[in-house]
Amino acid sequence: MAVAGTTPDSVTLRAEGGVARRQAWSRASRYILLVATLLGLVVLVILGIDNAIVGIPSLDWDFLSNYPSRFAERAGIRSSILGSVWVLVFTVIFAIPVAVGAAVWMEEFAPQNGILTTVRLNIANLAGVPSIIYGILGLAVFVRLMELGPSILAGALTLALMILPMTVITSVEAINQVPPSIREGSLALGATRWQTVWNHVLPGAMPGIMTGTILAVARAAGETAALIMIGAFTFIAFDPSLSFHGLLDSFTTLPIQVYNWTIRPQPEFRANAAAGIIVLMIAVIGLNALALVVRDRLRRN
Amino acid sequence: MALASSPDGSDLSRAIRKRPLSRPGESLIMLSLVLCAAVSIATTFAIVYVLFADAIGFFQEISFWHFFNPGNEWQTLFNPRSFGVWELVLGTVNVTLWSMLIALPLGLAAAVYLSEYAHVQTRRFLKPLLELLAGVPTVVYANFALTFISDDVLLPLFGDSVSFFNSLSASIMLGVMILPIIASVSEDAMASVPRDLREAAYGLGATRLEVAFRVVFPAAISGIMAAILLAIARVIGETMIVAVAAGSTPTLSLSPLESIQTMTGYMLQVALGDAARGTTDYTSLFAVGALLFLMTFVLNVAAQIIVRRFREAYE
Amino acid sequence: MSIRVRSTAPTDERSREALRGRPAAEHRPSENVARPEGDLAFSISDLNLWYSGKQALTGVGLDIPRKMVTALIGPSGCGKSTLLRCLNRMNDLIPGVTIEGTVTYRNANIYGSEVDPVEVRRRIGMVFQKPNPFPKSIYDNVAFGARVNGFRGNLDDLVESSLKRAALWEEVKDDLKKSGLALSGGQQQRLCIARALANNPDVILMDEPCSALDPIATLRIEDLMRELATDYTIVVVTHNMQQAARVSDYTAFMLTDEEITGQLIEYAPTETMFTQPADQRTEAYISGRFG
Repeated sequence: MAVAGTTPDSVTLRAEGGVARRQAWSRASRYILLVATLLGLVVLVILGIDNAIVGIPSLDWDFLSNYPSRFAERAGIRSSILGSVWVLVFTVIFAIPVAVGAAVWMEEFAPQNGILTTVRLNIANLAGVPSIIYGILGLAVFVRLMELGPSILAGALTLALMILPMTVITSVEAINQVPPSIREGSLALGATRWQTVWNHVLPGAMPGIMTGTILAVARAAGETAALIMIGAFTFIAFDPSLSFHGLLDSFTTLPIQVYNWTIRPQPEFRANAAAGIIVLMIAVIGLNALALVVRDRLRRN
Repeated sequence: MALASSPDGSDLSRAIRKRPLSRPGESLIMLSLVLCAAVSIATTFAIVYVLFADAIGFFQEISFWHFFNPGNEWQTLFNPRSFGVWELVLGTVNVTLWSMLIALPLGLAAAVYLSEYAHVQTRRFLKPLLELLAGVPTVVYANFALTFISDDVLLPLFGDSVSFFNSLSASIMLGVMILPIIASVSEDAMASVPRDLREAAYGLGATRLEVAFRVVFPAAISGIMAAILLAIARVIGETMIVAVAAGSTPTLSLSPLESIQTMTGYMLQVALGDAARGTTDYTSLFAVGALLFLMTFVLNVAAQIIVRRFREAYE
Repeated sequence: MSIRVRSTAPTDERSREALRGRPAAEHRPSENVARPEGDLAFSISDLNLWYSGKQALTGVGLDIPRKMVTALIGPSGCGKSTLLRCLNRMNDLIPGVTIEGTVTYRNANIYGSEVDPVEVRRRIGMVFQKPNPFPKSIYDNVAFGARVNGFRGNLDDLVESSLKRAALWEEVKDDLKKSGLALSGGQQQRLCIARALANNPDVILMDEPCSALDPIATLRIEDLMRELATDYTIVVVTHNMQQAARVSDYTAFMLTDEEITGQLIEYAPTETMFTQPADQRTEAYISGRFG
């Protein structure tokens, strides 16, 4: 289209002077900020490489299947892996039903009053309580008061209390994601509120609850301080027995074993610690990745 | 509440709520659900009771004034023993200071990058990776702080002026650990700054950098403050990194190169020893634990209040 | 939130084709486009825009006169806001946007390859639909543009003169430290105008500036627009035809129909448009038969 009118005083609209300088800073800032963002990850990569170099030579079947030992080259992580698995299984068994129950109550049944607010605030605060405090609680209540000793049962109960707040929070979020229309549809068909929750709400919230559970297990799997607090820093050269009585056996876990080897003055144990770290990191990263996969599947559905 | 948000108002949902439960078994179920929720309340009471019951025992032997007198050392191994908690508190302050100095610029840079610069796909990829940093078991960081940061980096770098166990190696790894907390919570705050404000600033000829730091950042400042408080709470409660790498010598020092001891470091030391029940060593664990609990409690509550105010401002 | 700036539309034909998606139905530019006499602020020709492959503007061409008020009207979804945001490259901030065509402003193509969008926005101010003062003091709101631009004059004077030109000074002169958010809606919108004026722009783009305001506040803004038109070019998007009739010198009517999204139907002096519309769709719209 031809221009009928006229245009006075031309401009170039190029970035000049101050604007050019500001735009240069702005463009540079993208890379500066990106580098800063990646710096933490760089540390993690160095950590991984360092442990791989030091630990991989020791990481063989013997290492996985041997009990701990005074001799670095004979020491292994058999009892700590079994201990970790055993404690975590019971942690999940104790924590998840209670967490989901609490979340269901809060989201579906609780009266909208001060009690619910109190419970919410309380859970948010518990989520910020340091793990070593949970360790003290476990020591005083489970180990001493209930006389369970530094047993698998005491360890699992302690970790269950520790992960309870975060699993309640993720379960509440998951239940919140279930659209209200599903509840109304079910209630309209004459189902009771509990039947609605059990048949419709919980299945809908399941992927979210699973994600939260996996992340909580990852956190519990790496926990050290709380378990040392209840007295789990011990030398274990036997497998936990698969019986009810076995729950009262003392135990060790992989992070505790890593800690043990880390603080040994003898340099030979450094390789053991690194090899243990490799196993621990594979487990934790694997759990985190699994949680991401579950969450992605949830998004797609 | 999901039901209350239904389009036809909350009257319906309230009516539904008041409907009697139709099966007898369901009141039992309801009772167990209430009990589940009660577990969390019981946990809080148990924590407070356990900590303060034995802390009171401690203060029957050691006076309050002795405990909080900055002139007293924390020296529990030989006679005459002394329980001046300031040396432990200052140890905690020491690692908090240095780790925040590391994590704050990096965490905020990451938050700004993810919120204002990164493409959607980049953020979707980077954020979980960054959050992994908070998921690494702290004993792994502890090992790395001691065997790599202290031994292979700081000792060659500072020579004799740094001790083998030092606050800096622990602080570096604490900083890495809390980076995702700062980044993630701050990014959430920045993402909830209304798009309008960004457009207004761009419309006035601001560059991306100026929009990020002169508009979005100040508008999100209370969310960022909450992130900082949560990160501090996490640092002062962290045990393994400081217990392994920062040393076990209580000192009134903020130097990053010295060996120190934090409150949590001392608590773990007591747990590893075999203090008999009822001794002052044993009860001191609870006194220090109670102080730690109070500190994290105050920080967490403050962070929650700030976050709530911030949400109200923008929702 | 992520905003991504693409500084120029892709120039090679293949990637343009890819982004453009299905070619638009055959579009012939409207013949009912007036050519204003005298100085021009913008000359837009054959402007096309796609959001992630979906066309939002099709072959728009018109000249916008200088130091006058030009109104863009049309039913929602007609592309009037999109067109407005093309004039200061605000659309760059939306991911996946592709723009073709030229917008000439003072002999420079705003979409030219060497053009810096920050420079464009500095000269062409914008006021938004919802008043959006920064959560800062009134003073800091007005001073924002000057501060980022490294203004070297007297900031107090600039703030005062900008607020005066925006007819807000008398109401706020005693509490410039007060938060901009503490003002009423109409005052906030005048603050946003003052903030734009402080950058000393030639042009002020207004995107439905009164849609969030009450009638009295709306009238004040309309008066202000008439006053400002003596020194500034104003382009205003409005869904309110009375407003267009009251404040504008020229009016452009845009429409999205079954085949073509975001096309210019008619452009004429406002009086002509509202008394003798040339296109029957214009007539239907301004007589309130749709939209």
